[in-house]
Order: sequence, then structure tokens, then C-alpha cells
Amino acid sequence: MANITPLRDAVASLVRDGDTVALEGFTHLIPHAAGHEIVRQGRRDLTLVRMTPDLIYDQLIGMGCATKLIFSWGGNPGVGSLHRFRDAVEQGWPHRLETEEHSHAGMANAYVAGASNLPFALLRGYTGSDLPKVNPNIRFVECPFTGERLAAIPSVRPDVTVIHAQKADRRGNVLIWGILGVQKEAVLAAKRSIVTVEEIVDDLEAPTNACVLPTWAVSAVCHVPGGAYPSYAQGYSERDNSFYKAWDPIARSRETFQAWMRRHVLDTDDFAGFRRVLAESMKEAV
Amino acid sequence: MSTAQTTAESQDFTATEIMTVAASRLLKNGTVCFVGIGLPSTAANLARLTHAPDVVLIYESGPIGAKPTVLPLSIGDGDLALTADTVVGTPEIFRYWLQGGRIDVGFLGAAQVDRFANINTTVIGPYDAPKVRLPGAGGAPEIASQAKEVFIVLKQSPKAFVGKLPFITSAGYLDGGDARAKAGIPGAGPTAVITDLGILTPDPVTKELTLTSIHPGVTVEQVKAATGWDLKISPELKTTEIPDAGALAALRDLQARTAAAHGQAGGGEG
Repeated sequence: MANITPLRDAVASLVRDGDTVALEGFTHLIPHAAGHEIVRQGRRDLTLVRMTPDLIYDQLIGMGCATKLIFSWGGNPGVGSLHRFRDAVEQGWPHRLETEEHSHAGMANAYVAGASNLPFALLRGYTGSDLPKVNPNIRFVECPFTGERLAAIPSVRPDVTVIHAQKADRRGNVLIWGILGVQKEAVLAAKRSIVTVEEIVDDLEAPTNACVLPTWAVSAVCHVPGGAYPSYAQGYSERDNSFYKAWDPIARSRETFQAWMRRHVLDTDDFAGFRRVLAESMKEAV
Repeated sequence: MSTAQTTAESQDFTATEIMTVAASRLLKNGTVCFVGIGLPSTAANLARLTHAPDVVLIYESGPIGAKPTVLPLSIGDGDLALTADTVVGTPEIFRYWLQGGRIDVGFLGAAQVDRFANINTTVIGPYDAPKVRLPGAGGAPEIASQAKEVFIVLKQSPKAFVGKLPFITSAGYLDGGDARAKAGIPGAGPTAVITDLGILTPDPVTKELTLTSIHPGVTVEQVKAATGWDLKISPELKTTEIPDAGALAALRDLQARTAAAHGQAGGGEG
């Protein structure tokens, strides 16, 4: 049964230094609030996993929480580079970041394999790409039936997966809709999981085939309305494209980044505090 | 829009516009297209809004049959999901729909291409000590190998069109000739590279990209100067048909709607 608990307590008890952590979300439902809480609690030596690391991973990397990143596309969608990620890879600041790089198909299959309790994922992939030359975790196996050469990569098995979703009921059953990404697979592949939700309701009113994570498959559910901001939750909020653009100049220099993180994340108590301070600083900027 | 051209003789369009319209024309009605964000998404949606209303647009975030009213800024914009025939999880998109062999055209952008239409979106410089760290592979390696054919759209410059890539993220024709088939890659590969200067297509035998169509007003010298290798020019070089007024008006409408909704007109992956 999922504990319905404040986000601070969920992160304190479920995310540990040195963990492999996946904060998933494919543009939609990115768990920014939980990422901030990990920064606030000063987690270190994390191996971060995600198909599309974007702003929240830029923040975690820039704040020195991560030593390794497993990913398939790292950028600021619709805007350009992730400057903190690039600084870590290109200049080793705040410290060197090890990277393990895949394709989306590879990562998606690795989550499926993890959720399926298999040691590796199998796909027709990577042929002709240089990725296997730089990533020793992309190997090739022979099909025992046809002899065909197929790509294999290790399953993703996070210690903890964090996602955002639209609804949970009071027992902790979680309902997700819209762009699902690998949210379900990432939770089922992980040992522990935290789901932040927009709303907690008496009845999910989920159609039979809806994407539901039953309460017994989740460790903690936290009520964090708007917790995906500046990403979005279909039916509740829209993606704040202006914030993605605003992030570019903030993250470009180490100093502006650190000052921004101090004011908006380290010096705030929780996500509601972050949103309050962000509203103030945006007003100042205008 | 009032700026839409009214006569076939006038060239009241930009290089980006003729690139986008030329790219969209290649998509036939009914084609099932796996769409990359940015220029490919613009061209694919323009095709849907003009000559190819039944084109099926699939985005790697999960929407199948997306019919967005404005261009998405990111690969997972809500409009893609709300207008789609169905939305499935990302693993399913790659496993059933792409690897399953159901994609006619993979429509990709690129940071760099080489003379054999291989794509780099990973690094400039050495991998371990990159001069520029680019976003990475995303869905492209498998789209480039498993779609039945691939169109690539990008602006042409010596930095983008390089003789030898520092890193092959996604396979075109590898070293040329039959290298792609020998490597066991299923799809036919990139059949057209559409740029702001012209259209390049692979030589039937060597698979080297050759300029086969040049946009009106552009000179062969200009295209050669924007290419980082000694570009072959087809002896039957055509001039790209200028964008017809309807397509141009539809493109400008789409861009204006997008700008009004997002404050900008295009997007990037992620």
C-alpha cells in the first residue's frame, strides 16, 4: 500500500545518497517538485536515469547531486542546450559527470525489461550508429532461432522512480492519462517509487483500460498540485513555454544559476514556496 | 496572410519557406510518418494541411495520428495528445509501431550530415572531450534504420554538411555503396535531404549525396560553398518548383497561429 505522505517525508525516507534514481516524464508530467526536494535535501552521488533529461536534471546536475547520467536525449525542448549538463560534460563543473548514452528505443526497452524482471533488453537497434563504440553497455547477441544479430542493453532497475500523475484516490491508487511516456514501466522497474499527484479524490472514475498504478505497486503518493511545473499535467495545467525560454539565460552562467537555485529552491520550504518566490522574481523581471 | 504571393513568377518567399514547402511536398497522402520535432514537424503538418490530409503523423512521445492546430514546441506538447487518434506509451511506439515495420517515412532533422547522409546529433569534437555536446540520439537511430525510407531536412552550411562526421548517431548509407544493406539495416535509408538551397538525393550506386534540385535564385557555387565536401551536381539538375500560393499561405497561417500560441514558431525535441 502506498503511504499518502508529504513530499518532504517521501524523499527523506525513499531517496538515498548513491541511489540510482529515475525522475521520468516525456515532456508531460515531469516531477519538478520532487526534483527540487531532492536538491533541498542535498542528496549526493546519484545515478540519474531518464530518457529526456531537461530542466530538472540540469538543476540536479548543476547542484552537484549526480555523478552519473543514463539518458538518450538531453536538451531544453524547443529552446536549445542544457547549459549545466553541458558544463558538467565539457568542463567537469561542479564535478565530472559520467554519462551512459542510449537511444530512446534502447531506454524504453530497458525500462520494459526492468519492469519484466529481465536482465537485459533486446531490440533491433543501434545498427550503424557509433553509440555502441562509446557505450560498453550496448552489446549484440545472436538470436538462438534465426542467428540474427540483435542489440542488447542492461535493464534499467532504479532504486527509486519518481513520477507525477493526475490523480490518486485515498487508498493511493494512481491514474495517469495523456502522454504516458515510460511512467508506468519506470515505476514497475524500480524497487521504490514516489508519485506526486495533482489531486486526491474519493473515486478515480477510471475507465477499464486506463493507465492505473495500483496502490500496492507504489511506495508513496504525495499531493503536490502543479508539481510538474513548468512541465504540465493534461487536464490541469499547460506547459509554461516561457519558463523553458527563461531558463536558458539563468543556466548559462554558473553564478546566475547558483543564485537562482539558492533563492528559489534552497531558501524555500517546499514547492508552494518555490512557486511563490518564482512569481515574485518574475514580477521583478518585468 | 497578405504577404502570400499571387503570381507564379514572383519569388516572394524565404529560403526557409521553400525548404519547408519542398520537404512537405515529398510526403504523399496516406503516408504513415514518424515525425521529428522542429523543421520535420513543420513540413509534415504543412503536408497534412495542404495536399496530404490523410497523412498519419506519429510522434515518439506516443501520439498516433496527431493533428495539432499549432506546431508543437516540444515532442510531448498536449495538443499532440488531444488531437491524436490514440496515445500509447513510449515503449509501444518504438516496439510495435516502428520496430514492427509500420512506418513509411521517418522525417528527421540533424545537426550535421555527411556525404553518405549519416546523421550526427551527439557531439562536435571527440566524444570524451567534446567541443560541443549536442542533445544526443533521441529516437533517431532506430527511425533512420527502421522506417521504410527517411527524409532529412536541415539548413545547409559547411558546419552542418561535413565530409566526415565526428560521430555517427544515426545511419545513412555508412561508407556508401552497399554498406548499409551489408550492415543488415532494414529500411531503404535517406532518399532525400532537403535544405534551404536545394534537394540532395543519394546516387543510385555510390549512395553519395548529389544535388539534384536547386531552389530558384540559388547558384550551384552557393550550394558548393555551403557544403564541406566536393559536392557532386546531377547532370540533370532541376530547379525546385516554387511554393504555390496555397501552400505558402497555409505555412504562414500555421506559423502565425503557432507564434500567437507560443510566442515562437518552431520547436526542438524532448
